[in-house]
Amino acid sequence: MSRLALVDCNNFFCSCERVFDPSLIGVPVVVLSNNDGCIISRSEEAKALGIPMGAPWHEQKEVIRKHGVRVFSSNYTLYGDMSARVMSILRDEVGVMEVYSIDEAFLELEEDFGLEEARKLRSKVLRWTGIPVCIGIGETKMLAKLANRHAKKNRERTGGVFEIRKGEGAEKLMAEVGCEALWGVGKNLARRLAGLGINTALDFKRAEPRQIRKSLGVVGERMLREMNGTRCLELEEMPPDRKGVMASRSFGAPVEALEELEEALANHVARASEKVRRFGLWATRVDVFLQTNRFRKGEPQYCPGAGVDLDEPVQATANLMGIAGKLLQRIYRVGYRYKKVGVMLGGLVNESCLQPALEFGGIRKEPRVDIDRIVDRINRRLGDRKNPVITRGSMGVSKIKMKGEGSGEAVKARGWRMKSGMRSRAYTTNWSQLAQAG
Amino acid sequence: MEVDSPVPFAKRKSLKLPLFSAKVQAGFPSPADDHLERSIDLNEELVRNPASTFFVRVKGDSMRDAGIHTGDILVVDRSLTPSDRRIVVAMIDGEFTVKRFRTLEGKVFLEAANERFPRIELSGDQELVIWGVVAFVIHQAR
Repeated sequence: MSRLALVDCNNFFCSCERVFDPSLIGVPVVVLSNNDGCIISRSEEAKALGIPMGAPWHEQKEVIRKHGVRVFSSNYTLYGDMSARVMSILRDEVGVMEVYSIDEAFLELEEDFGLEEARKLRSKVLRWTGIPVCIGIGETKMLAKLANRHAKKNRERTGGVFEIRKGEGAEKLMAEVGCEALWGVGKNLARRLAGLGINTALDFKRAEPRQIRKSLGVVGERMLREMNGTRCLELEEMPPDRKGVMASRSFGAPVEALEELEEALANHVARASEKVRRFGLWATRVDVFLQTNRFRKGEPQYCPGAGVDLDEPVQATANLMGIAGKLLQRIYRVGYRYKKVGVMLGGLVNESCLQPALEFGGIRKEPRVDIDRIVDRINRRLGDRKNPVITRGSMGVSKIKMKGEGSGEAVKARGWRMKSGMRSRAYTTNWSQLAQAG
Repeated sequence: MEVDSPVPFAKRKSLKLPLFSAKVQAGFPSPADDHLERSIDLNEELVRNPASTFFVRVKGDSMRDAGIHTGDILVVDRSLTPSDRRIVVAMIDGEFTVKRFRTLEGKVFLEAANERFPRIELSGDQELVIWGVVAFVIHQAR
């Protein structure tokens, strides 16, 4: 019976800061989003003070001052490097793994990898990098995620490592977990489940598949099977020679206006580029295509495509949108009723393949990627794939769904200028910014 | 020069390939192929374990007599286990310090290599104090 482990770095950004600044040990620490706007990572001490995840910094200034909370601007240079170290240690351990995000990875476990091995792996990562992780083991991604949550919530008892095994123990644990804590179940879905009388993870696990399928569709049914130990979500390993990532969707009704096509394309680019970044890849080619509905006889048909090879590898949503937008304008013709628009990001390369147009081994930094990482992170945390909290429009303007607001409510973000007054140093990537020892 | 993007050592294989490589001639391998050499990469020597290796800049002269001076770069490998007389980076009073790790009569100390600095006895969990073991010291000769 195969099992998966979810390895999740604890309070990752705060932990990274702590590795290089011993004065942060034992004190509350928070890390802010790119514009120094919101709190996106909290140390355990900061959580204990009741500082909420995602809270605007300025609203917490009083608590921060009173308790001497140490505040940092986000330092993605550092976090990226530390993440690569953690992932490389994990990769040495297992044959197959999926890097799920900057601080999470799923590992395919060998038969003989048990709790003892998990504990050893945890302490190896901690010793080698200084980053504490929790490890949850289960037969499916959802169960591994649930096990990880349990390991994290009961760190003293579990030592940060937990395995969900079939049986009473597992059911007892599930009875104490609300549905909204399950992977992929957002607030909305949890509300719908509650409407069916399904409140806990155990209720969900025991639910009637037909009922779940009827009210939640195939996705819900898949989740139900995952909860019962049948793997439906496979590891997304992206082989290095992966050809590309495509994102497209047919319109419900034919579309004629360029603006509408641009808006849809922007969404596709955002999704495709998120995926590319998730695997630490860069695109070196962008293709855009348009299709009319070939089944509508008598309507003029037009199915053009255009692509461009990029001089420099790109992974930033805004930059890819710019490129895709130009391609779309080049192929767009008035007078057709379009059914589909799509984008393909191709020629994917990873960091080691980046063109050495670099000085001294440094990778030329592509502007704006940091913002994308934040957006990816927030969407992964607070939204789900179908309902991202932050969506990007075609003109680089973002719609941010605020708490309690309808989906149509748009908030214009004023320019993406970065504030980062409290950024720590590039301890691991810049000779002039190393940590100092007396 | 600023390098402001993550550059994991593990992936930074910027090894230069040799310029000479005998063309394959039907049937006869060139004797030169046996002597193919790559150019030297200092990382191979100094960074044995990229995932656990960090660089730390020395500030101060507490390790002067061990030949470690202000401005030197310590190559710290956190995968190494400290043992008696190894030089380590430790965390004392919220700061990093470089000292010699000593185990004497069941006790653990951090020792400077400079008579002006007192020996520090470590009590409690040493894993919480020792940040990493110094594998190499890079010192500019001048």
